[in-house]
Amino acid sequence: MTIPDTLLLIFGALAAGAIAALVAPSGAWARRVSLASAFLACAAALALGIQAVQSGAVWIWHSDAVLSPLGGITLRLDPLGAFFLVIVAVAGLPASLYGVGYLRHLDARPRGRAVHALMNAFLAGMYAVPLADNVAMFLFAWEVMALASYLLVVSDPEDETAAAAGVWYAVMTHGGFLALLAAFLLLAPDQRLEFDAMRATAGGLSPAATMAVVLLSVAAFGSKAGLVPLHVWLPRAHPAAPSHVSALMSAAMVKLGVYGVVRLLFDIMPPLPLGWGALLLGLGVLTALTGVLYSVAETHLKRILAYSTIENVGFIFVALGFALLMRGYGHGALAAMGLMVALLHTLNHAVFKTLLFLAAGAVVHATHASSLEALGGLIKRMPHTAVLCLVGILALAAVPPFNGFTSEWLTFQLLIAGARYTAPSLAIMLPLALAAVALVAGLAALSAVRLFGIGFLALPRTEGAREAREAPLSMRAAMALPAAACVALGLMPTVALTRLAAVTSDLGLPMGQLDTGTSLVLPLVGSRLAPLAIAALLGGAGLGAAFISRGRRTRVRIDSAWNCGRIIQSPRTEYTAAAFAEPLKRVFTGFYRPMHEVTVDVHPASPYFVRAMTLRADVVPWMEQALYGPVVRGARLATDLVSRIHTGSIHWYLTLLPIALFALLLLARWIR
Amino acid sequence: MRLFSKIARTGIVTEALPDQPENPITLARQIDERARALLGRAVAIREVDAGSCNGCEVEIAGLPGPVYDMERFGLHFVASPRHADLLLVTGPVTRNMAVPLRKTYEATPDPKLVVAVGDCARTCGVFAGSYAVAGPVDTIVPVDVYVDGCPPSPADILRGILTALGRLDPSREGR
Amino acid sequence: MAALLLAAAELVLLMALAPGVVGYTRWVKARLQGRRGAGVLQPYRELRKTFGKSMVIADSASWIFHLAPWVVTASTVAAAALVPVVSVHQPADQLGDLFALMALLILGTVFLALGGLDPGTAFGGMGSSREMTVAALTEPTLAIAVLALALTSGSTSLGAIAGTVLANPANAIGPGHALAFAAFLIAMLAETGRLPIDNPATHLELTMIHEAMILEYSGPYLALLEWAAATKLTLLLVLAANMFAPWGIATAIEPGAVARSVGVILAKLLVLATLLAVLETRVAKLRLFRVPELLAVSFTLALLAATSSFFSR
Repeated sequence: MTIPDTLLLIFGALAAGAIAALVAPSGAWARRVSLASAFLACAAALALGIQAVQSGAVWIWHSDAVLSPLGGITLRLDPLGAFFLVIVAVAGLPASLYGVGYLRHLDARPRGRAVHALMNAFLAGMYAVPLADNVAMFLFAWEVMALASYLLVVSDPEDETAAAAGVWYAVMTHGGFLALLAAFLLLAPDQRLEFDAMRATAGGLSPAATMAVVLLSVAAFGSKAGLVPLHVWLPRAHPAAPSHVSALMSAAMVKLGVYGVVRLLFDIMPPLPLGWGALLLGLGVLTALTGVLYSVAETHLKRILAYSTIENVGFIFVALGFALLMRGYGHGALAAMGLMVALLHTLNHAVFKTLLFLAAGAVVHATHASSLEALGGLIKRMPHTAVLCLVGILALAAVPPFNGFTSEWLTFQLLIAGARYTAPSLAIMLPLALAAVALVAGLAALSAVRLFGIGFLALPRTEGAREAREAPLSMRAAMALPAAACVALGLMPTVALTRLAAVTSDLGLPMGQLDTGTSLVLPLVGSRLAPLAIAALLGGAGLGAAFISRGRRTRVRIDSAWNCGRIIQSPRTEYTAAAFAEPLKRVFTGFYRPMHEVTVDVHPASPYFVRAMTLRADVVPWMEQALYGPVVRGARLATDLVSRIHTGSIHWYLTLLPIALFALLLLARWIR
Repeated sequence: MRLFSKIARTGIVTEALPDQPENPITLARQIDERARALLGRAVAIREVDAGSCNGCEVEIAGLPGPVYDMERFGLHFVASPRHADLLLVTGPVTRNMAVPLRKTYEATPDPKLVVAVGDCARTCGVFAGSYAVAGPVDTIVPVDVYVDGCPPSPADILRGILTALGRLDPSREGR
Repeated sequence: MAALLLAAAELVLLMALAPGVVGYTRWVKARLQGRRGAGVLQPYRELRKTFGKSMVIADSASWIFHLAPWVVTASTVAAAALVPVVSVHQPADQLGDLFALMALLILGTVFLALGGLDPGTAFGGMGSSREMTVAALTEPTLAIAVLALALTSGSTSLGAIAGTVLANPANAIGPGHALAFAAFLIAMLAETGRLPIDNPATHLELTMIHEAMILEYSGPYLALLEWAAATKLTLLLVLAANMFAPWGIATAIEPGAVARSVGVILAKLLVLATLLAVLETRVAKLRLFRVPELLAVSFTLALLAATSSFFSR
């Protein structure tokens, strides 16, 4: 199929699915048809994306039929855009299959139809963003994506935090929108809003304008991606949405923020001064550290995963910042490697984060509990979900032979290669970045063990966990897809890497010859990694160990767990999620600033007779309070001042109208 | 550094086991041959205090020390009955400790041995007839060797363990 | 082909030596404590006995409990395969490098932690929590130590590093290497659970880190875990010896050189194990919440090592 036909199929299927969701005769049919068309669209997008990356050709299409006052719409499919189409599809395929079983309980409710229609709209927006080649199309798609996801975040009326989460999300994404608009207007020469035109003239911008453009766009795209300190909407919004939408948001939407940064800073803008690369690198490190530290301290299942997304976005920006830095130095090969590693990690993270959010959704669906402290023992009650979740957890922990380890290994090698080939001015920065990345990787392993260990292992802690039943087949099949991808990408990373080399060379950063065997051999790096061989070695040794320990006639007896001879076995003696993180919280007390509040309820007769004691321990988000507190207070103050105009008197309002009109006319005259 | 000069001056202080025990050491039943064959020279011991006065514990605490050095016979203490081959039980079994003692025994994998240390373990000693006592050790778990004494000396406890292992014969004394 | 056979033999040698290294360390500590101690071969007897015992499994345990010892053993074997023991020509360099080795050790730690959490006992959870925290905190130190080594030798592959240090002895005495060695030793103590971070011979559960996770294991599973722990200690000692002081290692695969190299590595292991035993006799165990301070010291040493390697290039 040609590219225009495939695009028509994708968007046509999504539109049809959205309409079907609204007009279908029954809720069940609405669900099935809309999700099936979403699945079809994602499959087509995946095929199109892979083919476009491999062919390396660029396809451009322009039309003035729509949005003509803003310059019409221009679509462009180049390897970079195609790669991000693949990313969205990789998240969308499992998510749409998952919805078949997961949203069955919404069949009878009218908002179920809205959810299905919005999901299709969300996917359409996300597919349109990498295809956009002019400002109008880009911002239109960006806004569709934001609106659809906002509505999905606030879609559950029974969730008290959803409304507040929606407010944070809406305000921040629209702030980003305005920043983007300003950045594009600064970039656009003579009011021509095509990206091609911007590419040509971006080199001629004044340093002040360049700085403004980069700052605005990094702020906007970084906020969407979850870069600290503009990440605060992420841990609020992602847990509030339905789980398959959370998966899409974490795996696909934040990656479109990364796409924006790459498109703007690597494609449209010329090589930037070194400070920007260092800034991105530093922000990436800060983001990764913040994300992982909070993910270890949180107990809400989906919020842990949201913070983990922030951590991985930090990794991506470390590699991106490194690439930008090397591009500024003129080391083309190192820059290409950095970009490649960043893009590989976007793919890897999309795959295992989708899996984890879908698994979290299955757990919440089965146990009706969203806190890690309420789970336990699920490995026996939800065995298939547990195995699939374990694959995602091991990928998150970055252990061989899964895909998380591949991108972590590559990031380490990247930083070491950078240290070897560059100036001593990086002598402090690169080792520190390496140390930070290693620390984050170790803490991610801790978070992963905690998530799986407390959630799935041991005995159930509440009634909900005891009554949990295995997820429906569609949900398990949906989780099996990214699980298989995790294993495949972990064992054969060169499949993805050779395609990514095409993307980077299309952006003007040629990679050089890349080994297409099963081992990872990169130019400039003196070491190799053979994931397939390592996996074989692990498998062989593991089988040997199993044989030695169980192959003989070892007698096994089942008894109760050794609890020091305690008479009553109870899940109360198990370690809790908060307890698991306790040693780490003590080490990083300065970061967490934990709050302890003890309330003692005494008998009225005497203060020595205690009736009840309550301990409330919490992690204070002081960074948020310090940064956003003043902003929120300022906004409240401003709106209070402005609302003084609302006197209620119609005479006053009628006076204001012509004054406002007159002022606007004067303003328009002055701008012209 | 003062530590190391002191170590050098002190040297090896391990004493050979005396030829005769101070108090009787009784074999309660036929020792499982499988246990003897497997346990040989590497035995993990879990000590269980089933309500004793701690007199026996103080003597047992001398076993890993330099003078009695149980490690030279291949014995060592472990933290969990799952790791243990031999349970060293002291005390008249109090009512509170009856179930935990039984659970400890059941938590230990086979083949296992039980050595009951002290007069209390065999006959409840001075606590016999108390309202807090459930009964001597062999009413809760099967015992292989009794080491009498109140408290028995560490050398006697060692002899008792080695008797249970079938390793006590004159040619191997005092290594 | 000869290199492959040698590599396989190296792996077997390492795993066979491991309980002996532990036994020797215990013997030296016993002598320093003024007692005779069991012989050097005692851990072998213990392994033989433990393999022959039956197993008791908790009813709250799942398949993770069974999988954990197998994965721990497998990951330790894979990590041991990467270490150059007697020869600089490592076919395993095609497999992975120092970072892959660190990641394989983390794989083992992750599954050990999961195996500790599985039966649902309080001590298992405690051990898992502490072990993962200490493992996470040693990561940066090891990463920077690798960087310091890689800056001077141009690669993170183990055989290549050993070869480069061998070829340029001047580097090995430089501040970069010396500081990296010190940092690596402290990190190694943390990774293998030795004093002053963790006492391998303790039976006070509240002071345990590594031991607490294996309290529930018995029989062959326990034997596998003990063997894996011994192998981890031995491979890290060999790594320390051959990365920082590789003299005596064979640079060509000939019988004479290899035989000499075997003798040299045995001697180095003997020296390092004696030093370890002396250190463990001298220091007392640190409070758990003082351990991060020690790890921060080793991190600073590593960072200094990396920067001085940078400037001495």
